[in-house]
Amino acid sequence: MSPYARRLFKDRLVAAACLGAALLAVAPLVAVLGHIAVQGVSGMSLALVADVARPDAIDGGAATGGLAHAFAGTGLIVGIACLLGVPLGVAAGVYLAELGDGRLGQAVRFSADVLAGVPSILIGVTVYALVVIPMRGPSALAGGIALGIMMLPTVARTTEALLRLVPDSLREASLALGMPKWRAVARVVLRTAAPGVATGVLVAIARVAGETAALLFTAGDSNAMPESLTEPTASVTVKIYEYALSPSPVRHAQAWAAALVLVAVILLLNITARAIVRPRASR
Amino acid sequence: MKHPPIDAPADAKMRAVGLSVQYGEKVAVNEVSLSLLSNEVLAFIGPSGCGKSTFLRTLNRMNDSIEGVKVKGSVELDGEDIYAADVDPVLVRRRVGMVFQKSNPFPKSIFENVAYGLRIAGVRDRGILAEKVERALTQAALWDEVKDRLDESGLGLSGGQQQRLCIARALAVEPEVLLMDEPASALDPIATAKIEELISELRKTLSIAIVTHSMQQAARISQRTGFFYMGKLVELDDTTTIFTKPNERATEDYITGRFG
Amino acid sequence: MATASSNDDPAAPGAEAAPRFDREVNVGDIVFRAVTAFAGVLVILALALVVVDLGAASGRTLVRDGASFLGARAWDPVHGLFGALPFLYGSVVTSIAAVVGAVPIAFGIAVYLTEYAPLWLRGPLGFLVELLAAVPSVVYGFWGVLVLVPWLRTTGEPALASALGFLPIFQGPPVGNGMLAAVLIIGLMVLPTISSVSREVLSAVPLALREGAQALGATRSEMLRAVVFPYARSGLAGAVLLGTGRALGETMAVTMVIGNRPTIAASAFAPASTMATVIANQYDEASGAHLEALATLGLLLLALTVALNVAARLLAVRTRTAGSALPPRAPRASLLP
Repeated sequence: MSPYARRLFKDRLVAAACLGAALLAVAPLVAVLGHIAVQGVSGMSLALVADVARPDAIDGGAATGGLAHAFAGTGLIVGIACLLGVPLGVAAGVYLAELGDGRLGQAVRFSADVLAGVPSILIGVTVYALVVIPMRGPSALAGGIALGIMMLPTVARTTEALLRLVPDSLREASLALGMPKWRAVARVVLRTAAPGVATGVLVAIARVAGETAALLFTAGDSNAMPESLTEPTASVTVKIYEYALSPSPVRHAQAWAAALVLVAVILLLNITARAIVRPRASR
Repeated sequence: MKHPPIDAPADAKMRAVGLSVQYGEKVAVNEVSLSLLSNEVLAFIGPSGCGKSTFLRTLNRMNDSIEGVKVKGSVELDGEDIYAADVDPVLVRRRVGMVFQKSNPFPKSIFENVAYGLRIAGVRDRGILAEKVERALTQAALWDEVKDRLDESGLGLSGGQQQRLCIARALAVEPEVLLMDEPASALDPIATAKIEELISELRKTLSIAIVTHSMQQAARISQRTGFFYMGKLVELDDTTTIFTKPNERATEDYITGRFG
Repeated sequence: MATASSNDDPAAPGAEAAPRFDREVNVGDIVFRAVTAFAGVLVILALALVVVDLGAASGRTLVRDGASFLGARAWDPVHGLFGALPFLYGSVVTSIAAVVGAVPIAFGIAVYLTEYAPLWLRGPLGFLVELLAAVPSVVYGFWGVLVLVPWLRTTGEPALASALGFLPIFQGPPVGNGMLAAVLIIGLMVLPTISSVSREVLSAVPLALREGAQALGATRSEMLRAVVFPYARSGLAGAVLLGTGRALGETMAVTMVIGNRPTIAASAFAPASTMATVIANQYDEASGAHLEALATLGLLLLALTVALNVAARLLAVRTRTAGSALPPRAPRASLLP
């Protein structure tokens, strides 16, 4: 082989290896998603989203009952998390982008980055000590607080990143019109960056909707529809965890179906988030 | 605006025929035909965005790796089409070197920067490498300044030295043609003078095509000059002719500073 | 708001006489600053709460008997024996093994997506790989329990044992639930983290450097070796550290497949436990010394993940500033997952 042919061969080899790596990564994704899809569709029933868990389903009895309470619980917990995480996260992001060049800003930024890397189980442990113990039991509120804390850094840092993309000339133009800074930020800067901020929020919601570890001790578990914010509340993820480890094929089927719905919602959120940003990001 | 005739003397080193470049919908270079002779310095001038840099980059297929670029027409090197299907751009660039607007030394030592092209071409012998590196650095008029610190990083040099390092790097593989894309635009006058001196020296051994935004520079160093405007080669002639009695109105307007 | 402040304003009585700058501007901005800064401080507070809470709950176990706690192998809450070693071992070994396995694949994907893949494929394929990160941990765990673990027990582990059984790590009964299953699941889960950060790092390598190598007649792989990897080195190291931090904190999927036994075994097939999984399994039933021991493990886990994250970020900053005077390509706001 000539030296040039050898070099070319080496280049092709590297390209093939990289393609191989990409296929190797996509294969398990296809395997996992495919399995969820097949099992989930066969386990799907109207009862899944219309009925709560029935005890007779536990020991391989007829596939009665469903996980409506878990879906409602996840919705409730994520809703509380959003009430907490979205306004605070956006406000913190605005602070970072507009006022955050000083020492406090550095500290906030650093904390947000570190907090984003804290394992979610530790967030759960903290909320357990600070909310669950004083309230004498797990609740939707505690679960929502745990997920809200997890949303904070994601929403704050995406908001900051997107506000910084808004050109300074736009800020100056509104300030030059005599607008106070807060109004310039609210009316012009935030509005310009709104699609991006929405993307950050959707991504954060998608992330916490699939969260389990932070809910184990905080939201707890239940077999009934949630009726108050201060009672133990079921969630889809904790139910999947519980059912996955149960020996009952009926429970497994229900968990597959729930997993399919959960993954579909999360993927939809991610795709929507991407679709919002796509038209702007013309690279 | 009439097209200049294709000049294709027998000893043309490179020849572009009906060369067009499209970025998506935008036509950046439109039907350009010209030739680069042996041992000449050919300068390209024109307002920014006129396609002169894009055209230069087609001569060693540097546009290949850019998204959405389509090249039509042909470019011949010693009579061989470098855009033919079975020609690898890697081999074209081995013979047609390039120096960029901004110096871009690799994050390696001075020696390794210059030796890089030789190493990938398969030169392993330490003695040959050392000899060729010294020759290239000498040619680039940098040897005396760096001979005692060849192991230091190329990034530690001054701007002008970095650019001469990049020229040495291109020369080390002994290319037949050297393309230079505004090589002195980021440099101070003293460094610019050194580069210009160097270009005149290099002409003895190879052909040079240079894009410049400075008409004075084109006048000082080139034998022939081409004027690009809106993607077209408006006029190409002896440098003295271009700068004293151009044929085209647009050329005259540009040199006399009426636009651009 | 503005009228409220004019009550105690000494100049207020003369306000209608002399035209003055409107006070409303200032009040609005002060409120704006206070509200947003408060939200920012809450972020710091949230992090501080995690640290303080775990510190308080640990009851100074580390100070009291640090070395003996860290070095002890026995964990038996019933008899009051609390040794951290099995969990430290389980966390560190599974994470490192998973990252070591994931890194070549993740780098391969990143290189393929930035250098080799046809342009039309880059977007969809990149999205597909990032979807790996969107699937919830508990779903991977579920798949692990019902698909991966049974397969390992009946097929994977026996095959490994017969092919490589001379190595101690591939000896022992094929249990299914154990270190190997955990390593595979963690590896799958950190893959998208490492690959998407690496991809960003690689695509930030200045175009001028790439073209410099190509103009000398370098092939793509030669260009990668000569300029892309040296320039991106510290950023790639950051991607690996970030992935390792993720791996250490991974809880649900791991707890579902690792077997949850506080043992240190030579065999990769044997059940084990990690810091994160033992907390998930025992924290809400623990009290007294047991709770203190678990909180101490939490504190250790926190310290490790925070250290890895901070180190990763410092390395990422170094990539952007060192290496070359040239500006990085595509300087876009980094949106780390």
